[in-house]
Amino acid sequence: MTLQQIRLIIVAAIACLVAAPFVLNPFSITLLNYIGIYSLAAIGLALLTGVGGIVSFGQAAFVGVAAYATAWVTAVNGYSPWLGLVLAVVLTCSIAAILGFVTLRLGGHFLSLSTVAWGLAIAFLFGNIDGLGQHNGISGIPPISIGPAALVESWQIYFLIWAIVVAILLLCYNLLDSRIGRAMRALRGGNTLVESLGISAFQIKLVTFVIAAFLGALSGWLYAHLGRFVSPGPFDASMGIEYLMMAMVGGSGSILGGVVGAAIVTLLKNSVQDYLPLIAKGASGQLEIVAFSALFILFLQRARQGIVPFLAGFLPELKQSRPQAATELPRREQPAPGTLLLKVSDAQRRFGGLVAVNNVSFEVRSGEILGLIGPNGAGKTTMFNLLTGALRANSGEIAFAGRPITRDQQFHIARAGISRTFQHVKLRPRMTLLDNVLLGTYSRTKTGLLAGALHLNQAEEASARYEALRQLERVGLGDKPFELAGNLPLGNQRVLEIARALAADPTLLVLDEPAAGLRRQEKLKLAELLRSLRADHLTILLVEHDMEFVMSLVDRIVVLDFGSKLCEGEPAAIRSDARVQEAYLGGVA
Amino acid sequence: MTADIAAILAIDGIATGAVYALVAIGTVLIFTVTRVIFIPFGDIAAFTALTLAALDARQLPGTVGLVVVLACMASAMEVVSLARAGELRAVPKAVLGYLVLPLIVVGIVWLTMRFNPPMPVRIVLALLLIMPISPLLDRIVFRPIADASVLLLLTVSVALHFALVGLGLLFFGPEGVRTEPLTSMAMEIAGVHVSGQTILILAAALVFSGLLFLFFDFTLVGKALRATALNRTGARLMGIRPARAGTIAYLLGSLMAGVSGILIAPVNTIFYDSGFLLGLKAFVGAIVGGMASYPGAALGAFGVGIIESFASFESSTLKDVIVFSLLIPVLLWRSLASQHSEEEVEE
Repeated sequence: MTLQQIRLIIVAAIACLVAAPFVLNPFSITLLNYIGIYSLAAIGLALLTGVGGIVSFGQAAFVGVAAYATAWVTAVNGYSPWLGLVLAVVLTCSIAAILGFVTLRLGGHFLSLSTVAWGLAIAFLFGNIDGLGQHNGISGIPPISIGPAALVESWQIYFLIWAIVVAILLLCYNLLDSRIGRAMRALRGGNTLVESLGISAFQIKLVTFVIAAFLGALSGWLYAHLGRFVSPGPFDASMGIEYLMMAMVGGSGSILGGVVGAAIVTLLKNSVQDYLPLIAKGASGQLEIVAFSALFILFLQRARQGIVPFLAGFLPELKQSRPQAATELPRREQPAPGTLLLKVSDAQRRFGGLVAVNNVSFEVRSGEILGLIGPNGAGKTTMFNLLTGALRANSGEIAFAGRPITRDQQFHIARAGISRTFQHVKLRPRMTLLDNVLLGTYSRTKTGLLAGALHLNQAEEASARYEALRQLERVGLGDKPFELAGNLPLGNQRVLEIARALAADPTLLVLDEPAAGLRRQEKLKLAELLRSLRADHLTILLVEHDMEFVMSLVDRIVVLDFGSKLCEGEPAAIRSDARVQEAYLGGVA
Repeated sequence: MTADIAAILAIDGIATGAVYALVAIGTVLIFTVTRVIFIPFGDIAAFTALTLAALDARQLPGTVGLVVVLACMASAMEVVSLARAGELRAVPKAVLGYLVLPLIVVGIVWLTMRFNPPMPVRIVLALLLIMPISPLLDRIVFRPIADASVLLLLTVSVALHFALVGLGLLFFGPEGVRTEPLTSMAMEIAGVHVSGQTILILAAALVFSGLLFLFFDFTLVGKALRATALNRTGARLMGIRPARAGTIAYLLGSLMAGVSGILIAPVNTIFYDSGFLLGLKAFVGAIVGGMASYPGAALGAFGVGIIESFASFESSTLKDVIVFSLLIPVLLWRSLASQHSEEEVEE
């Protein structure tokens, strides 16, 4: 499938949406209106939960804050709905920013639990504040007017609702294909991965969270002016899970899935309301929620992937053109060969009583390949984590290019020019090779949120894409840039990680056991690649188990044993060192 | 606020906290053994109160219908999955466990009802009826996705809660109940009036957490449960079946939740949907204990009870807002205190 064909489908879909009010009966249009409104909230959740991996049960509360805000402005104080929109958006986004700032550092399920907590707290507030009509809600909300025309009839507001939905869909797709959007898509790979690319995971989470709340605010604003009445009911915890259901049924991670999910859930709910009374008279309200929850549970058990990704699997592959040559991204100034690049002095790291790294000191000079070796449990990985900021040292100093980085956060260290790979490969398997490498260019590019969503910074994007392709070619993966990373064999995945690290234009490349699990041929190719990088004046620090691989490749070796430095020197000297032999073999043979 | 009022509020809070503590301990138990954050324990507590009220009124409680429906579903699922695995020989045992046992419980209740049993017997009957529900739900809802991430299990758990609220309305109706007090005794401690019910609640909380402690430390099954909580794979290698450990954990947790429901029923009016708040507040307590420590969970639950008691004195309408807002700083503190070496990565 080509881009032209996709554009054609989009135009056809928009034409159908425009034609709908002229063919459908008023009831169907009202239904479509609600689908559109729920879609907005569900798209927000698809971004937050599906793309960002942050499961939120509180989306309904954000919708509610916006709905109440505009109701208060218009029905209670008599101002224009457009002022209501401003307050709704500002208030909702501010609340989201504050809540996000406080809670987004929480790990794993703690974060989702906090969304339950504030979702409930906000929902309780609606029913208990005097100025907001308590449990009776606020009625008499005026319709939205555009110029002199008031959008009273459902077909009138229909156009507004769906215009917003279509605009938001396009903006979201643009955003996900931009610098910030790629960072969002990386969030599910875990904080360590994201931060190793020079991206502040917290900042991206906060942005995603506020965007989700913003979409909830749009939804709430439209909701209040469509129904012309707000009460606490539609914003309570059960609605929170209904939005989650829409986002997940449509397909977690798929923006269009938000719309599809909202449509399915709304239509299903509607037909459940029609048919349940036939089965059980007088108990339909209760059965509705039972049927719904049961369906949701069944869905989560059987088809977690969701509908849109499932259907997308049947579509022909999108034909993308290879990135064209473009202006190069600015490059870092590399230090002169032989200068001191990294200096570790008396670094110590304890885990409870265990001293994993005990007063280790060593230096890395520009242009060399240094190997860090040692038997199992020697403290190599801990040392590695100290260098990259994944762990903090208890004492000692680490300086990079003359600047102390001992207490810096991971993404600061990455931005300073240390790029890393992982012992257990951390790629985004559902992203293409090119997109994975593009992640590496994050710290070298500047496109912001709005520019990304509006596709304003195409020149920089073209440069970044060209750079990513060049790095893929440099490591020998340039022939299929649009393959999914998850489809590569392990050896190539490790090489892809190196390409991603190179895309950040690092001064120091740190590799965590790059040869682990590779076959002999793959190891030889990897060694060749690393040699060629050294020839390009890149400095490499290698943590490795495989002696043959290390000995044939590196300039110098530092040996760790039981957390302390045993010795350092050139490969030949290390090979004949009695202490090293004893550490590895348990005694001189 | 005078010292007298503060003392009354504190005692009130401790009593409420004791009820939450029982549910909180059950929540921790289930989480450690199965990784499921079982939100519906509050519903189980509420259902126990409603069951007891029905038994008091000489009616067949709605729980009977619920248990029969769940037992049929669970055994059907078990038989189908056994048949698919070609293990037809295990079918009779599965039917015995998932269908016959719950039906025997229902039968016992039905028979005993005809003899107008006294209060203590009715309490036992209510607990007996409530205990099969969670293990059956475990079989139907959680067993098929036992290896999923904590987040997915949590989402399912929240959905399950809403299903149970709907079922509660269906089986118990919209009326609230308040059961007769278990004791009318009262006493003065240091000049403050303390009702016998409060003392009973505290005593029950102590006795049941004590029993749980003994169970964990002095029985093989208890040790197996602890082993599963520490390391599922390791426990499995030692011949402990995580599924069975889960069932036992659910039975114990239900017992704790059921007892708390019976204790709270004479104090508060319980509706079919009262469980959610009860469960969530207990859950706040459990989080204070990091979802891992029983004493921590109990302490946290007492804290929630006391805060709630004082908050409702200040502003009865906003007490829930206050309690849930307080959860956020608690979560922050827990998240900082617990070391995530590597976060759970989903794909």
